[in-house]
Amino acid sequence: MNHPAVPALEARSITKIFPGVVANQEVSLHVHAGEILALLGENGAGKSTLMNVLFGLYHPTQGEIWVDGQPVTLKTPRDAIALGIGMVHQHFQLVPVMTVIDNIMLGDESIRYGLLDRRSAEERIRALSRQYGLAVDPHSVVEDLPVGIRQRVEILKALYRNAKILILDEPTAVLTPQEIEGLFAVMETLKRQGKAMIFITHKLKEVLRIADRILVLRSGRVVGEADPQTATQPQLAALMVGREVILTVEKGAAHPGAAVLEVTDLQAKNDLGEPALRGVSLQVRSGEIVGVAGVQGNGQTELVEVITGLRRASGGQVRIGGVDRTHASPGQIIHAGRCSHVPEDRHAYGMVDSYTVADNLILNQYAQPPFARAATIQQAAIAEHAEKLVKKFDVRTPSIETPGGSLSGGNQQKMVVAREFSRPIQLLIAAQPTRGIDVGSIEFIHQQIVAKRDEGVAVLLVSAELDEILALSDRIAVIFQGRILDVVDRAAATREGLGLLMAGVKAEPTQGVR
Amino acid sequence: MHIFSLRRAGQLLVVPILAVFSALLVGALLMWIFGDDPLAAYRGLWEGAFGSPRAWSTTVRKMTPLILTGLSVSIAFKAGLFNIGASGQFIVGTVCSVAVGVNFEGVPAHLPLALLAGVVGGLLWGLIPGLLKVFTGAHEVIVTIMLNYVASLFAAWTVYAGGTQGQTPGPLWDVNAGPISRTAEVLASARLPWIFGEPYRVHWGVLLAIGVALAMWWLIFKTTLGFATRTVGANSKAARYAGINVRWITVLTLMIAGGVAGLAGAIETLGLNHRFAPEFTGGVGFDGITVALLGQTNPLGVLLSAFLLGALDAGSARMQFDSGVAADIIQVIQALVLAFVAAPAIIRQIYRLRKPGDLSESTVFSSGWGR
Repeated sequence: MNHPAVPALEARSITKIFPGVVANQEVSLHVHAGEILALLGENGAGKSTLMNVLFGLYHPTQGEIWVDGQPVTLKTPRDAIALGIGMVHQHFQLVPVMTVIDNIMLGDESIRYGLLDRRSAEERIRALSRQYGLAVDPHSVVEDLPVGIRQRVEILKALYRNAKILILDEPTAVLTPQEIEGLFAVMETLKRQGKAMIFITHKLKEVLRIADRILVLRSGRVVGEADPQTATQPQLAALMVGREVILTVEKGAAHPGAAVLEVTDLQAKNDLGEPALRGVSLQVRSGEIVGVAGVQGNGQTELVEVITGLRRASGGQVRIGGVDRTHASPGQIIHAGRCSHVPEDRHAYGMVDSYTVADNLILNQYAQPPFARAATIQQAAIAEHAEKLVKKFDVRTPSIETPGGSLSGGNQQKMVVAREFSRPIQLLIAAQPTRGIDVGSIEFIHQQIVAKRDEGVAVLLVSAELDEILALSDRIAVIFQGRILDVVDRAAATREGLGLLMAGVKAEPTQGVR
Repeated sequence: MHIFSLRRAGQLLVVPILAVFSALLVGALLMWIFGDDPLAAYRGLWEGAFGSPRAWSTTVRKMTPLILTGLSVSIAFKAGLFNIGASGQFIVGTVCSVAVGVNFEGVPAHLPLALLAGVVGGLLWGLIPGLLKVFTGAHEVIVTIMLNYVASLFAAWTVYAGGTQGQTPGPLWDVNAGPISRTAEVLASARLPWIFGEPYRVHWGVLLAIGVALAMWWLIFKTTLGFATRTVGANSKAARYAGINVRWITVLTLMIAGGVAGLAGAIETLGLNHRFAPEFTGGVGFDGITVALLGQTNPLGVLLSAFLLGALDAGSARMQFDSGVAADIIQVIQALVLAFVAAPAIIRQIYRLRKPGDLSESTVFSSGWGR
């Protein structure tokens, strides 16, 4: 590839020190027009800090930023935007109740006769959509749009401000596999039209797929550069984590026992009142992992919510350990049903951001002995429990008194896993247990899930990552439009076969649904 | 949580203290603009609040109901609910305690019964918005505001003296009051005794209120019910996930909030006013919002902030007398205190405070485009 001699954006030995923490140490990087630079690193490696420096949100303690061969000072994001730097945040910065046009104009409104000039804005948005293959209806309201389209709006927002350099912060974390493909197509187009991109991620496969160059960050430093043509996933993982990582999960054969979870003809509606489960039947026996594979939005979320008592079933039955728990409360299912639940949405359900790590570790056990006696909270027992779990599950936190919300994503998930895996249970429901967390933590959580299985727990695993399903499951159930299309043994499952089932294509007559 | 950790206490106190300081400063500026002498005014304020045993007793007297209404608003905040209804709950508590206090001569434990009546009245007045919220989704802010009107009109009806055209008088109207709408005096057996009698007029209600604050602190921070309540307030989805009955906690919290505000009304009546007349408004119910926010919705903080607001109130008359500055400026200062504590970002900006624990990368994402 021919690049102009001068990089579009260059960082020269950036050091950023927070009180007590060196977030970036002498980090240098450069990216040319028409190039995708992948910045790979675990959570907490300093990727986001570096990007916030490049976008003017943080000021570097030392080091320089050069744009088009000129040293620049970025006091605020406004300066960065003026220099053609655009950022697509992991958590979208959109106003849900406003239209696409209004969101894109926001902060950069076109004015005519003192009024908002939506028409000229719309024309520009349509032109940009066409130019870069970002199909979006400018008049739709953002909250009605799926996540993948919202991300396009974010990208359009940057392009509308004439961004030449795009920083994409973990853009694939929230996307379905199909949406990721769509994003990559857009990135290819942007690249062909001469945009420089910095793509931040911790997903190895994506990096190898789309990047032109790879920069690996660990503990705030650049620890290596790799060429996607020659690099392999294990190499990158080792570079990222600093040691060899086992990407496949080691597990022996399952020894299933009696059925623990029995779901029969289960029906439920989604939040909009439309049928989401249309008669799901499924069994999970003790000592086995049943993976639920499927494209997001086919009823997985509702299935987990109904089993755990968070959503009402409109028909059918859920039995846990032989007892009918169809209309039991979440509390009854947790305690009497001896069920653990790693929720899909960690922030909304799994934890309270403002609570300390110690309190989060007893969130659903607060009324149980030894944490409560005579309706009184037992601080000492809670602290002891927390110290033990933090050590056992390697939750990296300054102390057990630290608010859970200030931990990194991977450590928050380890905190939730620690709580859910550390009590005697018969059923474990793990929904997207490794979403948005780093390779090292994924490895650890996978090992813990297998360990639970080997203890004789029945495990229901729901994941959008087919690799995860394949790595962990003993049997795989494919869900499509609120029905279990088929249940296949892991040994008989192929990626292609599952892919077809996930798309709703059932090639041959049932192999016998168990 | 180490509630007694000094560093934590310091973090909690810094914004309220600076808010009060800033409000007094802006108040002084306003007086100066209008040609008054702020120094003389504040000297008078101090004298009126703390200058003599008499001044102290006034401060304590003014503080007492504020502690309870402040607690009422605070506990609701802990469950993520905004109780604007302390005023109405206070009035209903007043009426119920008077109804028991003027009747039942010779009944044993008359005083506890009258207090209990006040608590029950407020409790029921809190139950209504609780049930409406849980079963119909009606927002507690709207419902409690409306119930404030219902409460004060209902209370006025109970003591209505009857009309010249022969309209029926209210059930609690004092037949000896002639055309005046008011109740009879509460019987001596139902009155809260004085700790210090005339001219100080400090009754046992203040110790009762402090006791309730301590009990509330224990309830919120040391019991499983408190944990559940705080979890509902911090993240109701996580609370549901954790097996907490969010509906029950919502109803119960509003009932407790109402009961505490009702107790405030009972204590004011049985300790101090000894009767009810429609001109006794539930203004302290609204002041409870300021008290709760200034006290960071912590029961111990509420004690401090009720003391402070009680002192401001107590000192205002002397301030006006000494310096000629209208006592209304105190309300301006109170409103400024509320504005500053309700918008801590202003205080943090002015005094360049860092948000506690704000070192994590993720929190910075809130600033986006165009800033």
